[in-house]
Amino acid sequence: MDKLLSEFSIGLFFWQTVLFLALLFLLRKYAWKPILNAVNEREEKIADSLELADKTKAEIETLKAQNADLLKEARAERDAMIKDAKATATQMKEDAKSIAKEEGNKMIASAKKSINAEKAAAISELKTEVAGFALDIAEKVVRVELASDAKQKELAEKLVEDINLN
Amino acid sequence: MYKVVRILLVLAVLSPAVLFANEPEHGHDEHATSPSAELTPAEKRKQNTEYVKHHTSDSHDFGLFTNQSTGKHYGFPLPVILWDEGLHFFMSSKFEHGHVVAESKGNFYKLDHGKIYKTDAEGTILTKTRIDKKSGEEIVAQLKPLDFSITRNVFVTLLMVIFIFFIFRKTAKSYQSGLAPSGPAKFLEPIVIFVRDEIAIPNIGEKHYKKYMNYLLTVFFFIWFLNLFGMTPLGGNVTGNIALTFALAMITFIITHATAKKDYWLHIFWMPGIPWPMKILLAPIEVIGVFVKPFALMIRLYANMLAGHIVLGSLIAAVYYFSNYGAKGAFLGLTFFMNIIELLVCVLQAYIFTMLTALYFGSASAEHEHDHAEAH
Repeated sequence: MDKLLSEFSIGLFFWQTVLFLALLFLLRKYAWKPILNAVNEREEKIADSLELADKTKAEIETLKAQNADLLKEARAERDAMIKDAKATATQMKEDAKSIAKEEGNKMIASAKKSINAEKAAAISELKTEVAGFALDIAEKVVRVELASDAKQKELAEKLVEDINLN
Repeated sequence: MYKVVRILLVLAVLSPAVLFANEPEHGHDEHATSPSAELTPAEKRKQNTEYVKHHTSDSHDFGLFTNQSTGKHYGFPLPVILWDEGLHFFMSSKFEHGHVVAESKGNFYKLDHGKIYKTDAEGTILTKTRIDKKSGEEIVAQLKPLDFSITRNVFVTLLMVIFIFFIFRKTAKSYQSGLAPSGPAKFLEPIVIFVRDEIAIPNIGEKHYKKYMNYLLTVFFFIWFLNLFGMTPLGGNVTGNIALTFALAMITFIITHATAKKDYWLHIFWMPGIPWPMKILLAPIEVIGVFVKPFALMIRLYANMLAGHIVLGSLIAAVYYFSNYGAKGAFLGLTFFMNIIELLVCVLQAYIFTMLTALYFGSASAEHEHDHAEAH
């Protein structure tokens, strides 16, 4: 203990205290504050960034799910539209077909009608013509038959024969 | 990091050789003319003891080495500041390493074994006699002026304070260019974070640790860097000096009690949760403990660093003491090994001092639950 006390120097103690306190106050202002602040700031930033990354990841997940849903919906819609279009097309085709058929039938019917009318007209004309020819021929035949007495008698007989047969 | 370790290793290897060149300023007068090879073993032993003693104590000049055969000292003087009924200021070269009586403003001073005594013109130390009242014996006290000299230790401390400030200022500035550490921050930042996360927070607690960080960081790096500088051939023995450790322990003591909360004082004077006779018994013990704690802090650092330097000095002296080359080699190897151990002790002592300081701060700022006292 005596040795300790004899070794102790008040001057040295004074200077060491002064120097240490000077260092303490200088470092407090110019070093520890900025260093600890920077370290804290960085730690907070890292924590925030990690949190943000997690959040973003979750957001991306929901977005992905939404996208998948949208895609599914779109596909269903497209399928429905194609189906509709097909049905409409078939319908239109059917309609066109039936209209065409109807029209055709109508045309055929009117054609038949006009043909029949023409035919009737032609037949009546032919009948008139034929009647004319028959009269002409009958006139000529009658003239030949009535030229002699023998022949008038033959005709008369023949006509009588026909009447009997009827 | 790797570079720093490499430099320290080189220093550890080199320091034994250079350290021994740092010869004592005393006790060589009688040998100055005769080469050391002609010394008797007893004289050699005395010289070695002087060498180790000299190396571990403070001095008034910055001696680098001494040529033993000529007795010439190499180094530079440091300012001497004395208070003796007025301020005296002169360079330590005036003492000529203790051989000459220095005169200042009509007073005479003599340097003997690192201490300055008041003398007369012939160099006889002045004394003052007083009579002890109890025993009636006469007590003769040598007169010493108050010595505020910039000694080797003060000079080294000043250098290290400037160095520590410079390197941490640079670290702090490096954060202005971005949050990622660069430059010295790469090496120092993990240590700063270590002090915060492994020393301050576990011992003081998340709530109060912030206000103590300045002191804990400063004291840790101050002790560590001074310890390390003490390992270089130039360093001397700053942290192994009782004045420095007393100053640090005192500041710890003051901060502890200046920031102590009600619970701290309650636990000293009226320990809650025990019967009242025990409380009365415990109070004086606790009060003694208050002073023992910083005292232990002071002695631990002082004794560890001083012991390290004495062991190293003795081993180096042993290298020169033996003439057998095998023994020389063995002691050189042992010195190298001890140097490595001392490098570990340097950081360990800084850590322990900071750790215990944080522990005392923790007990001072602890706030117990309100029902704590009644629950016991």
